[in-house]
Amino acid sequence: MGELFAEFNVFAAFGMTILLTVTAAIGSLLIGTVVAIMRLSPVAVFQRAGAFYVNTVRNTPLTLIIIASNIVMAVNLGFNFSKDFSRNNLIWAVIALSVYHAAFVCEAIRSGVNTVPVGQAEAARSIGLTFSQSLREIVLPQGFRGAITPLGNTLIALTKNTTVATAIGVAEISGLMSEMIEFRSDLLLFIFLIVAIGFVILTLPVGILITYLSKRLVVKR
Amino acid sequence: MSASVLFDAPGPRARARHRVLTVVGLLLILGFVGFALWKLGEKGNLAAEKWTPFLTAEIWTNYFIPGLINTLKAAAISVVLAAVFGVLFGMGRLSDNTVIRWASSVVVEFFRSVPVLVMMIAAFWFYAFNQTFDFDLVPLAAVVTGLTLYNGAVVAELIRSGVGSLPKGQSEAGLSIGLTRRQTLRIIQLPQAITAMLPALVSQLVVVLKDTALGYIITYDELLNQYKSIGSFKSNIVPAMIVIAFLFIAINYALTRVAGYVERRLRERGRVTITRGAAGPGAVAEVDTAIIDQQLHEADERALRER
Repeated sequence: MGELFAEFNVFAAFGMTILLTVTAAIGSLLIGTVVAIMRLSPVAVFQRAGAFYVNTVRNTPLTLIIIASNIVMAVNLGFNFSKDFSRNNLIWAVIALSVYHAAFVCEAIRSGVNTVPVGQAEAARSIGLTFSQSLREIVLPQGFRGAITPLGNTLIALTKNTTVATAIGVAEISGLMSEMIEFRSDLLLFIFLIVAIGFVILTLPVGILITYLSKRLVVKR
Repeated sequence: MSASVLFDAPGPRARARHRVLTVVGLLLILGFVGFALWKLGEKGNLAAEKWTPFLTAEIWTNYFIPGLINTLKAAAISVVLAAVFGVLFGMGRLSDNTVIRWASSVVVEFFRSVPVLVMMIAAFWFYAFNQTFDFDLVPLAAVVTGLTLYNGAVVAELIRSGVGSLPKGQSEAGLSIGLTRRQTLRIIQLPQAITAMLPALVSQLVVVLKDTALGYIITYDELLNQYKSIGSFKSNIVPAMIVIAFLFIAINYALTRVAGYVERRLRERGRVTITRGAAGPGAVAEVDTAIIDQQLHEADERALRER
């Protein structure tokens, strides 16, 4: 058991999982917010483009997006960020994860804004608030509260989905698990439990935090 | 135009602004599509001979259809097994026996928080080393195991929230005509809960179908895997990838539409429904289960007092 930890750097692999999670979370939040603004805008072209993005990405398997980022974007079309092969794959994995989860972030933000009753905005306009004031003071604070739960769920899903990056050789925990099992097949169950418990440790606090926040910040209507 | 939270009905100046933005948006989209096509064409991906193979019957009968059948096979087996797992543990979580309830909760929460791929890889090596299955069947068995455990846990959670979304009067009525708690759950609550969660269950099918693509990583010969054989056979790896993506999107989009249709039908009939909302993979319908938790807590306390 000790030799397992000596031979394989479990913590570095989990570190890579965390790195993928954090960077892709930021990336998907950025892309997702832009797509959400497009879907919520009053201009039909932007609405359609945003809806097309969400429907396409949400119905594509993540494995396909990650493999395509490597096979199509990096190898075939030659979009490379780094001469270093593994670094290039890591960057593409982060982009693929961001692009995929942005669709879910967009829907989370949109559903949050949709929880705000129209009367709230009408009241804001009728007391003379401008567009940006009503957005800042009335709509977004309520919308954000409604979006906490779906955003948190997306973050949990993202944490687990970083494992798919192993498909293009990113050295995260599921790839290392495979290596460890090949090396010590007698410890299979133990190795699985270490990895599984690692994920429980990564996702459980987020889940508890969402439940706490959504209960605390719920808008009473 | 329907009333929106964010925008008032546009006046003449806003409409003029929207027209300008429409043109800008169209130009941006055209520019993006043009750039993508130019890039693809530059590497010769748009040449006719790379696309004509898809018009031949052999590429469909040798690659796409067998791959699609394997994808659907894994998804179908997993759905059935996950339904069994889900009903079992969903009822376990609603049991008035504290031990069964806790055990079911631990199992469900555990399989919900472990990535499907990790379960697939572990199952793959487990079956391979123990020779549980024929060598050819190991990838399929591993894919089905991973999908069953994860989606079974999701179904269990859906059943719990489905029961929680029913009016309290339903269980009270059941108990007051002399049914036991278990009978009430089985005869009164569960059938209604399953109807309520139908749209969520159909959307879960999309998740199952998408996740079969994870089988690629453990060498299961499903639809996504075909790009390698087609690519090396016809040296058109990028077009092959595009066709495979299109097949996945078409099937899943159709399923999403079915889920929406089922939900509308149920709502028209005045039923309560729960949907998975925008929460995405790994998320479960947000229904307040506080009521069930409280009922179970009260049952616990009653049992303690009687003891």
